[in-house]
Amino acid sequence: MIYQGKQKIWADYQKEIPDDHWFYVRSCIRQNFFPGAEKMFLEICRNVLHKDFYETASHTTCGGIAYHCDTIPQETVMTIVARQFALMTEAGYENYVASCITSFGNYIEILETWNEFPELEAKIREMLWKACRREFNKPKYLAHASDLIYKYRNLIAEKARYRLVNRHTGEPLKVVEHIGCHYSKMFPSKGVGGAEYPYVLCGMVESWGGNVIDYPERRHCCGYGFRQYHVRANRGYSISNTHKKFESMEPYHPDMIITNCPGCPYFMDRWQYAIAEMEGKTYGENGFGIPVFTYEEVAGLVLGYDPWDLGLQLHQVAVEPLLDKMGIEYDPARKYEGLNRKDILRPELPGVLRCC
Amino acid sequence: MDFGFKISPSSAVNLDNADLTLYNRLCEVEPDITRCMACGSCTATCPANRFSGMSMRKTILDLQRGKGKEVVKMLSNCMLCGKCSMVCPRGINTRHLILSICKLYKEE
Amino acid sequence: MKENILIIGGGIAGLEAASQLLKLGYNPIIVEKSDHLGGHVAEWNRLFPDMTPAEDAVARLVSGTTEANIFLNTEIAFVNRLKDSYNIMLTNGISIITRILLFATGFSLFDASKKEEYGYGVYNQVMTNADLERWFNTGYDERIPEEGPEAMGFVHCVGSRDEKARNSQCSKVCCITAVKQAIEMKQKFPQAMVYCFYMDLRMFGKKYEDFYISAQRDYGVRFIRGRVSEVSENIDGRLIVKAEDTLSGKPVKVTLDLLVLMSGIVCNPGICKTAGQLSLPIDSDGFLKSRDNIMDITDSSKEGIFYAGACTGPKTVPETLAEARSAALGIHNYILNGMK
Repeated sequence: MIYQGKQKIWADYQKEIPDDHWFYVRSCIRQNFFPGAEKMFLEICRNVLHKDFYETASHTTCGGIAYHCDTIPQETVMTIVARQFALMTEAGYENYVASCITSFGNYIEILETWNEFPELEAKIREMLWKACRREFNKPKYLAHASDLIYKYRNLIAEKARYRLVNRHTGEPLKVVEHIGCHYSKMFPSKGVGGAEYPYVLCGMVESWGGNVIDYPERRHCCGYGFRQYHVRANRGYSISNTHKKFESMEPYHPDMIITNCPGCPYFMDRWQYAIAEMEGKTYGENGFGIPVFTYEEVAGLVLGYDPWDLGLQLHQVAVEPLLDKMGIEYDPARKYEGLNRKDILRPELPGVLRCC
Repeated sequence: MDFGFKISPSSAVNLDNADLTLYNRLCEVEPDITRCMACGSCTATCPANRFSGMSMRKTILDLQRGKGKEVVKMLSNCMLCGKCSMVCPRGINTRHLILSICKLYKEE
Repeated sequence: MKENILIIGGGIAGLEAASQLLKLGYNPIIVEKSDHLGGHVAEWNRLFPDMTPAEDAVARLVSGTTEANIFLNTEIAFVNRLKDSYNIMLTNGISIITRILLFATGFSLFDASKKEEYGYGVYNQVMTNADLERWFNTGYDERIPEEGPEAMGFVHCVGSRDEKARNSQCSKVCCITAVKQAIEMKQKFPQAMVYCFYMDLRMFGKKYEDFYISAQRDYGVRFIRGRVSEVSENIDGRLIVKAEDTLSGKPVKVTLDLLVLMSGIVCNPGICKTAGQLSLPIDSDGFLKSRDNIMDITDSSKEGIFYAGACTGPKTVPETLAEARSAALGIHNYILNGMK
């Protein structure tokens, strides 16, 4: 691997990301999958870095899941998205940041489509007006939330309490980075670092002390693929994809996986349990799995937030081996206490995959 | 545990694992096999093709991918009529080739 | 006084044209931007289909131009159109008045790093056709192990027939070059497994098909019909190459120690400025546009400006040389007919 060769490509794919004043939209599913992630994003941006991030309760789904499952036409998604842009315009913002990769891909696809077919944009403006009497400006800048954490990565590193370093050996942690397909595969120029060698997560890992692993199936989809997972008959296809990735990264003995998509961390986390049950195989050390994180969770860990406040107890793969490696203090007794110390009950432990 | 779905094996042809021992031996006896350019004339003219899927082109491809079993199975459909030898633009003696393949692969 | 004829480019087209023009009694002046004559061919090792040493071919061409004025390391700074001639200022400060300009500006090799998925410049064991020829010449390249690769591959059509790379044309010579290089590698390393990944094999020239048959029959080169989609590196630093085996309709994967990208022929961007100053039209494929692509391939649409070789599109060596001779004759007739 020639690192300078990658740097050359990264330099070709840098996008302008304004420093402040963003209209933030959440993902439909991330709050259920990784409940601490979006909260941590706002916490870091607002309270640690003192930036202006606005969100509104009127925001709805972008329609991406239905669109990618072929259940609604593109005009419907466009009208939904037009309404989100109207909310941004009404709130007085010009910079739009999405928490979800598929939303981000959707927004870019729609803006590019309007660029090519202005008559379609006019039609959507009319449909939006008829539907809810709203008007909108298109965002001046469109970013994915990971672009912002990428932009702030060095500020976060300055304030970090922990680094992505194995405390026992002093070695950088071996990190697998996985980018959501819709981040840059559709429009490589819209992602930091492009599509073949995306830099958005590599930049964070490097800045926070870890070592990125480039394994053969790095560019492969996690396997979620909407229609693949949501239709039960297709789930074998979904898990086969995930399985392929794990088999490919296994020889590198990764310490952790960092992701920037709603679906990827969920499936890479949960399918490790299913693969263990089906094949009797686990990919971490001593029967554990490889812990999978969102980039906000990793930022939170690095900044010293309590793992249980980050919601890491909702992961399938136990995160404790990684916390121990990084030297992060945690109280095992607090793992299954929710807000206000409410007992959120203990899950049944799986048979094969070792959990804490 | 049965989740109602399974991990499916990869359909990819992995050239690293292709065992070419027999194929290489065949090449010594039938060096013309390497001249095939996969034009498909043999398959198009094969009287057994439409009933059995017999294809000389696929046979040669499977040999080159190390899939001996598939080859022997496919060749059992051949009627040795020799039409494929007539059409081959490279002049490969396919009839002779088929007999050599059967001899070599059935020995194994 | 002998008529000055300015030849832009000291590659094989420029050299051959100069040699013919000298014989016809003119004063050709070659302007070459690099520090050597012979262009791309001078950097090649052997030429298909008879394995002629490129060095010999270039030496023979150079020997025919000893009487010509040659400026190396020189480019055209700017061109002024006078009433019936051109005033050309060179970057070395010399200015030349000429009634006739011959573009023998050749081509550029496609920059293989633009096909990011192939990892040229990112993965250690990926090289181009030009890199391999350099290794044939010098014997030095870190990417090629001394004992030879266990398995290696050639990727055809890198930056050719590729609309996304803005080169929709076929580069014409890469198929046969890949076959030639595959044979040469098998000659050096008979134990190596050598694959060619192709979409079509365009073996149009004299003895090319024989060459291809020989690669299969005598050298055991394996041809896989499918364009490489992606290259990555495994933990041992070997390359994982993915393609579709379109003949069996299945994805195919192979681990290699060396991958050679057949970079295609693209128009030479260096000539755009000069072509622009002279308002020379560009054809839809990005190369200089001839007056007619069948009848007048060496004529431009402008008075006194001629073309030879790959400046009008991908060409083989013999085609280029034939065009250079044809252009020299065209120039001669143009002068004899009173510049008409």
